[in-house]
Amino acid sequence: MKHRLVIEDLTVSYNRIPAVHHLNVSLDCGSAVGLIGPNGAGKTTLLKAIAGLLPVETGRILTGEHAGENAAVAYVPQREAVDWDFPITVRGLVEMGRYPDLGLWGRFTAKDLAIVDEALQIAELADFADRQIKALSGGQQQRAFLARAWAQQAHIYLLDEPFTGLDRNAQDACIKALDRLRAAGKLIIASHHDLKSVPEIFDHVLLINGELVACGKTPEVFTEENIARTFATRVFSGGPAHSHHA
Amino acid sequence: MNGLFEPFQYEFMQRALLACAIIGFTNGFLGAFVVLRRLALMADALSHSLLPGLAVAVIAVGLNPAGLLLGGLLAAVFVALGGHLIARSSRVKDETAIAALYIIALAVGVGVIKYAHVNVSLDHFLFGNILGIGDTDLWISYATSVLVLITVTLLQRPLLLALFEPSVAQTQGVRVGRLLALLVILIVLTMVTSLQAIGVLLSLGLMVLPAATVYLVSDSYRRMLWGGGALGAAGAVVGLLLSFWADIPSGPAIVLVLGTVFLAAYLFSPKYGVVTSRFRKRHFHEESLRRWK
Repeated sequence: MKHRLVIEDLTVSYNRIPAVHHLNVSLDCGSAVGLIGPNGAGKTTLLKAIAGLLPVETGRILTGEHAGENAAVAYVPQREAVDWDFPITVRGLVEMGRYPDLGLWGRFTAKDLAIVDEALQIAELADFADRQIKALSGGQQQRAFLARAWAQQAHIYLLDEPFTGLDRNAQDACIKALDRLRAAGKLIIASHHDLKSVPEIFDHVLLINGELVACGKTPEVFTEENIARTFATRVFSGGPAHSHHA
Repeated sequence: MNGLFEPFQYEFMQRALLACAIIGFTNGFLGAFVVLRRLALMADALSHSLLPGLAVAVIAVGLNPAGLLLGGLLAAVFVALGGHLIARSSRVKDETAIAALYIIALAVGVGVIKYAHVNVSLDHFLFGNILGIGDTDLWISYATSVLVLITVTLLQRPLLLALFEPSVAQTQGVRVGRLLALLVILIVLTMVTSLQAIGVLLSLGLMVLPAATVYLVSDSYRRMLWGGGALGAAGAVVGLLLSFWADIPSGPAIVLVLGTVFLAAYLFSPKYGVVTSRFRKRHFHEESLRRWK
């Protein structure tokens, strides 16, 4: 199934202050997109808007092949936002991805089990399935949520700073997992702040700073010039960035 | 030896024991959600805010169990909603807003209850008096417990999603806000039914202590629910017997029993006990390696 994510004229606010302005972007499935921009550029806001967690102020987000169709979108939160003391095993966490399809009382079938096993394989966590999530390393925790997203049968994966705090090995394992998702035709969008590692992780980049700066294949778009424009304090044509108070 | 079984001979005691088992189970079961969602202090605030509702209900309709239930429920929902509104519309955060409202509510309650011209002392509301439980009370406890348990069991999956990671749950189509509001209402309902047994001031104990205890000894979410329920029921029954034998009020007796078990778990839980972990054998390198792999 061919999917793409089309964002048309998207404006989204955070605490009533617009954080992303009139964004137009089109992304194809089977790619890993690095969402790059300075702090406060609207990266998390954009991810949450695509995930449906924030109301859209202007424009629209299309995730299906045709208008009206919606591909399943999975949101993977920042690791710090998760309560790792929650009494659940890795398998239990991944099984949660099946809940919406199962409904309130639907039985866990052999098919669901197969999907969960597949998810654990993809994230290379099969050997850790019975561990408490607390007992995982940072990279494994990140991959556990990828597995859960796979169990959701998502086509679009939205990751908030997945590589933060990961060491070299954990990062490599995560890249491998993302590669597997990409090979399976999924679209991955991950906010990212370490510019050096961008080319080895992402085949596409989406540069934003309150509005779109550039978007496209990494070798073509991830240039010194575009990076400088992204991180310039005021590329934003709509005026100065607002400070907000709750 | 006869003295030990003496309480079982009285009808009022049998009734109270049954009530304790039901109330204890429901509280312990629901307590798992309170502990996992870290709502303990919020639940505490809610329990205290029941008092003005009870006082007003007593003044309006006398010592009518249904009236008390409704009064307490309204007062607590009022505090929860009001706190939420204040937190959203000002810079004051949730805990502060709810604390402010509940302490006002408690003051109103203590003040107003003087005007409730019925022959009931403030102590009964504050610390419970299970032996005074009547048939209607028992039926209300029973009905509420069934309602709460069925609702929670039915919504177990979405609740688990919402408790563990609200934002992911929302992307999966769970209406997190509504579900958590429903959870607050269930918490209040359960607390109101336990008032008779342990009173406003201590009702939090029956809700939080069993779940917190199981949390210290088990790594399973499901075991926290059912284990919390079982421990709550057992603790309430043993507490009531203790209150009979030692001639102390039922509320403190129940909380003391559950509190002792909680402290024991804190110290001696096989996996997470403070004392037990001191005596755990250090494992050798091979063992570390095996665990690591």
